[in-house]
Amino acid sequence: MSGAGGDLPKRRAGKPSAGATQVHVERQTVRRRRLIDATCALPLLGWILWWLPLLWNGIAEPVPSSQALIYIFGVWIALAIGAGRLVHLLNRSRPVGSGA
Amino acid sequence: MSTLNLLAAISLAYVALLFSVAFFAERAAMRGRARWFRAPLVYTLSLSIYCTAWTFYGAVGSAARNGFEYLTIYLGPSLVMLGWWWILRKLVRIGRNQRITSIADLISSRYGKSNLLGIGVTILAVVGSTPYIALQLQSVTLSVEVFAPAQFVDEGGPRFTAFWVAAGLAVFTVIFGTRNLDANERHHGVVMAIAVEAVVKLTALIALGIFVVWGLSDGVSATLARIDASPLGTWSVDNGRWAGVMLLSAAAFLCLPRMFQVLVVENDNDAQLRMAAWAFPLYLMGMSLFVVPIAVTGLELLPPGSNPDLFVLTLPLSQGKEGLAMLSFLGGFSSATSMVIVAAIALSTMVSNHIVMPVWLRLRVGSASVSGDVRHVVLLSRRISIAGVLLLGYLYYSLSGGRTELAAIGLVSFTGVAQVLPALLGGIFWRGATRVGALAGLTAGFVIWLYTLYLPSFGPGTVLPDAWFITGPLNIAALRPEALFGVGFGDKLLHAVFWSLLLNTLIFVAGSLMSEASPLERLQGAHFVSAQQAGSGPRSWLQSTAESEDLMVMTQRILGAQEAQALFLREARAQGVEGDLPASTPEFLQRLERELGGSVGAATAHAMVSQIVGGAMVSVEDLMAVADETAQMMEYSARLEAQSQELTRTAGELRRANEKLTRLSVQKDAFLSQISHELRTPMSSIRAFSEILRDAQGLTRSEQNRYASIIHDEALRLTRLLDDLLDLSVLENGQVSLNVTEGRLEDVLDRAVSAALADEAGSGIRVLRRRVNEQVALLTDVERLAQVFINLIANARKYCDADDPVLRIVVTEARSDLLVDFIDNGSGVAPEAQDVIFEKFARVSDQKAGGAGLGLAISRQIVARLGGEISYLPDCDGAAFRVSLPLRQVLAAQ
Repeated sequence: MSGAGGDLPKRRAGKPSAGATQVHVERQTVRRRRLIDATCALPLLGWILWWLPLLWNGIAEPVPSSQALIYIFGVWIALAIGAGRLVHLLNRSRPVGSGA
Repeated sequence: MSTLNLLAAISLAYVALLFSVAFFAERAAMRGRARWFRAPLVYTLSLSIYCTAWTFYGAVGSAARNGFEYLTIYLGPSLVMLGWWWILRKLVRIGRNQRITSIADLISSRYGKSNLLGIGVTILAVVGSTPYIALQLQSVTLSVEVFAPAQFVDEGGPRFTAFWVAAGLAVFTVIFGTRNLDANERHHGVVMAIAVEAVVKLTALIALGIFVVWGLSDGVSATLARIDASPLGTWSVDNGRWAGVMLLSAAAFLCLPRMFQVLVVENDNDAQLRMAAWAFPLYLMGMSLFVVPIAVTGLELLPPGSNPDLFVLTLPLSQGKEGLAMLSFLGGFSSATSMVIVAAIALSTMVSNHIVMPVWLRLRVGSASVSGDVRHVVLLSRRISIAGVLLLGYLYYSLSGGRTELAAIGLVSFTGVAQVLPALLGGIFWRGATRVGALAGLTAGFVIWLYTLYLPSFGPGTVLPDAWFITGPLNIAALRPEALFGVGFGDKLLHAVFWSLLLNTLIFVAGSLMSEASPLERLQGAHFVSAQQAGSGPRSWLQSTAESEDLMVMTQRILGAQEAQALFLREARAQGVEGDLPASTPEFLQRLERELGGSVGAATAHAMVSQIVGGAMVSVEDLMAVADETAQMMEYSARLEAQSQELTRTAGELRRANEKLTRLSVQKDAFLSQISHELRTPMSSIRAFSEILRDAQGLTRSEQNRYASIIHDEALRLTRLLDDLLDLSVLENGQVSLNVTEGRLEDVLDRAVSAALADEAGSGIRVLRRRVNEQVALLTDVERLAQVFINLIANARKYCDADDPVLRIVVTEARSDLLVDFIDNGSGVAPEAQDVIFEKFARVSDQKAGGAGLGLAISRQIVARLGGEISYLPDCDGAAFRVSLPLRQVLAAQ
């Protein structure tokens, strides 16, 4: 996750601000960091899910093609929707002026 | 032939449509309405060039032959897109920051703008892509054959088709791919046309899929049942190939020149990537969704032995759906053409920037700014490169004679371009990666790929001797092309992928660890690896002796006159320079190089600016020189500062001297009138009394005596005055001869005091002395010294304005000097007069005008002749004069 830290908004030290805003900003930062973590984790999840069929060859009873197709395409759609959702949330949580 | 004519007409109409789309997109972009073309959706659709004719036709073929393995080709890129945050985001930012024009440019830029690496990647890309382009031509001709009667094939029709398709694509690419040179202005027309083609091919496959699922079958569940009942009924994919091809396609997705072109070079902003991250996997899903149903239905309905690669065409044709077949044909045509167009653009950019331009520049060393039109040359070289790339593809097609398995050629090509991956990922994530490592790794990967996959793909005995495959070259079994080190994997592709990428990576890492990066490489490495903090530019031009005019001339030739002028004007404004030529500051050179890099590639731009600026690559020696230069500049500026301080000081002195001169001149004028007056007064009385003596009758004896003595006194006064003047003039001219005798200071002072106070006894100034201190023996001109003392004491008597005037004579010995101070208790000399009192004719005031103002001037000259100094002490209560004599004269006397 080395890339995750680079984009986070840096808290402006020394600038007096209301406590509530501070907490709000920090919460937003934490939230954004989690979104980025999720974005980074998504392809790993996809990789694992799509490599599961490697186990099917060892099963005594062959997996029917229809099930295999439904599984692979189901994962595909779920991943795409998940990625879309994350991008949407990331866009919304983008800190003002970060330009990321 | 009517079907064929119809096909030709539809194809031409479709091509015309693409031309107009590209044309209007270009026009709109030129008018500044490019916003729409930068939409994330267009970017996402443009990525669809990944799905070539290979996937359009070959996916069904692959599914029919190997089952589900075809999916890996789509799953790999989907994972890359889903993982956009990891790699693509960084690549895209680096591409934008560094104005990267191709994958060869990226690798070359990262490893110290090494053109050798650029050439290597270019060759790899061309070798890898040529069969791929041939594949597209082949697929178009195959699809035409489906519609054509047999005699068309016999008459050599396919070759004819392939040639004209290649020629047409070359024309399209030349027109829309080499319209502008600045990579900042992207290929809007081409991208737009590709986006349209993306829609066409997706529509075609989905339409066919719907026809198969709902037209030929009874909906989804019936189709699934049909699949389970077919030869593809159960999951039977080789594990090694499932994992290996998925990784291979993911790698190729990043490294294919055409993918790099649309992913990175044509990318305009991060928003495009964010949408593509989820939308492109969906597109790929859509493209592969109906592949298995089509394959299964084709296998079921079509006669055995028919080519499964052409099911998408033959299936609807066999069902009498000519319209659907036409649509499928257009889909396949779109897939082929869009891939060829972008690949040709990408490859021609690489060939032109890394091979043609450097050679051309090398041939015209040192004349980048004076030789012919570079812009013209760049465009020409790109156009020739495009034609060359397509010609290569066509030649490969004609020579290979059209092989049957599409997928095989595609994967061979994938493995080839994937060799760039270690250098690419190492370059953007590992600062320690070096040029040597990258070059060694790439070379190793390339050679192994050639030996184990590319050359064997022509078939045993074609390029490599047959025996090599059985016993190995020179009977070394460990070197068998399809079983290196005796490990065969049972699969040629996996074998080649494993060994080429493994050795490539190992050699890359080892080479990087063992070699040392040049400063430029380290700089570029830092820029690339830390590209998240956008905005940091490439290495800077520190040694800027470039002439802005030469740069201007060169830039005009590359970017065109208007763009260049606008660029320079903008820069000049930013620098706040008058006129339209900015100073060639390092920042400007750096920006200019980046701007030019967009047109001709970073290495070439660097070389061109180098030629004008005068420095080649930045080596350690250059850096040393730059450091030296900096030190010299600092020293120089320090010297300048010192000089300027000295000048300021001199100017102040001159000003003071000038003021002094002006005052002196005024005093001289005043003195002249004074001296005239002084001369005139005794003269007048002498004349008057001598007239009386001459003319008056009956003067008594005593009267005569009195008048005569007045005349005598006045004459004496005149004589004294003239003596003084003469004395001074003699002293000043250095003609005086000193009469050095021995004497005692006390005696000299005694004589001086009594002489000075003699004439008007009683009008008294008290003289305070400490005789103990005056016991000093002298060896000097005692008479002259006494004259000085007399003058000083007389001055004190004359000018001391205290009620009870007192003069202290203080004798001290300081270091090597004997100091005799004459300090009275009057009001002293006014500060503004202090520096002129020793000048000739100077007088402090007119009120007690007793002398001619020559006393102190004479005194100063005398003391100077005696080797000492007379000065005014400004910070005493009254007037204070100090006579300092060198003590050695005194000691000599003792």
